[in-house]
Amino acid sequence: MSYQPSELRLQREAARRRASRRSTLIAILSTVVIGTVLTIAVTGAPGFKAVRQSFFSWHYATTAFPHVLSGLWLNLRVMVIASLLSFILGLLIAVARTSHSPVLYPLRILATTYTDIFRGLPLLLVLYLVGFGIPGLGFTWLTNSAVILGTVSLILTYSAYMGEVIRAGIEAVNPAQRMAARALGLTPTQTQRHVVLPQALRKVTPALLNDLISLQKDSGLISVLGAIDAIRAAQIDASQSFNFTPYVVAGALFVSLTIPLTRFTDWLSNKQDRARVQQGQW
Amino acid sequence: MAKVMLDIINLRKSYGSDLVLHDISSTLAEHEVKVLIGASGSGKSTLLRSINLLEGIDDGQILLDGEDITAVGVNADLVRSQIGSVFQSFNLFPHLNVLQNITLAPRKVHGVPREESEAEAMQFLERFGLADKAKQYPDLLSGGQQQRVAILRAVITKPKVLLLDEVTSALDPILIAEVLALISELKAEGMTMMIATHEMGFAKRVADQVLFLHQGQILEAGSPHTILEDPQTPQLQSFLSALRDAGRL
Repeated sequence: MSYQPSELRLQREAARRRASRRSTLIAILSTVVIGTVLTIAVTGAPGFKAVRQSFFSWHYATTAFPHVLSGLWLNLRVMVIASLLSFILGLLIAVARTSHSPVLYPLRILATTYTDIFRGLPLLLVLYLVGFGIPGLGFTWLTNSAVILGTVSLILTYSAYMGEVIRAGIEAVNPAQRMAARALGLTPTQTQRHVVLPQALRKVTPALLNDLISLQKDSGLISVLGAIDAIRAAQIDASQSFNFTPYVVAGALFVSLTIPLTRFTDWLSNKQDRARVQQGQW
Repeated sequence: MAKVMLDIINLRKSYGSDLVLHDISSTLAEHEVKVLIGASGSGKSTLLRSINLLEGIDDGQILLDGEDITAVGVNADLVRSQIGSVFQSFNLFPHLNVLQNITLAPRKVHGVPREESEAEAMQFLERFGLADKAKQYPDLLSGGQQQRVAILRAVITKPKVLLLDEVTSALDPILIAEVLALISELKAEGMTMMIATHEMGFAKRVADQVLFLHQGQILEAGSPHTILEDPQTPQLQSFLSALRDAGRL
């Protein structure tokens, strides 16, 4: 016999449809109201015309765009290299800090001190110390390149952040996993490599991606050392025209770089949350 | 007389002032199955964990196939690679699929080439009706399937002894049955086992000898029939009557 939806079910479904229509209507209404209020508030500001002139000039935007874009290419390369090296260094720091091997004792102390220092130092200060301090030492074989020293500063700071994130991941792996691996005869190193680290990194991937997003935008700070990146290029244009639009162009480009990564991070952490709920771990 | 696979001599262990293993002595012959029974906290798990060196002991010795595995300077990883261990909470590796879980130890510890170890693991999985799960991750398996995979993971390296620590305690009755069927099959194949369990019916079927532990001591040892039908000590009598009251005997 074929299924006949009961009167009760039809009523229930109709009620749900009504509720959903109502929510959509309210969302649209609220968006229109808030949008209007914001537009009136901003355009009605006494200095709006002047601000639009000096920050949102189409003319200056188009002339600055190629310079800022070629500066951004530098940021992009710095980001990629600093991300990779920060991750690798952070991983080594985390492994050193969580190991119990007596051989690694000095490394453990070193890693802890390193983390304490570079997590606490403002990035701007690290940039000044490394960027101006190292050339000041006068070693001829050492580089004076603002790009390289700026990248090194980013790595120093971000490897300390990432090291802490990865360490938290390692400590979050269930101790029974380590025990099961050792019971199979795996050595401590094999256990770390094949059982603990893969699980730890999966757990902290969203947190690591957040650090990557921060690193992406902080790569603009190397401009204080004189590297011609997107921000510096914008600054040069702005100082010639006395118009701030190039900064807005640089800002828009930075945001367009981070948005995909931000969305990906959201998607990934939602997925992990859902998996946890399915397994009843919530 | 069959070869002695495991020889436990005057084992003693304490946590602080708490004596958890009190002069335990017992031998396990090749192909023999010994079942440990006793209340929680009686020392069953600690005894098993001492044998695979997950716990350090205070005094006494354990000989595995004639070799003192509790001697100073012994290679614990090497010893553990010859002992299979299965736990109450399965402890499969969640980031590896079934096949990878089973082949991890053969490949990394015993140096078996990947192709060979995978072929062997597939044969195993087929024999025990789990072949269709080979590429699945542990999260998607039922508790009974997970525990069967955990047992296969422990026996694929052909351990000299298999230690099972309350492997069915986290499962419902239907799943318990499928895990116990697998263990019975291993017994039929001659696996040497030491099993801690609360399943008395299973103990009766599978055990060559049953040991009753109470507060870190072996109070009674004997055939399943004598232990379960004719308890001598008041402790075993009250343990069995408690099980009977709970409907588990």
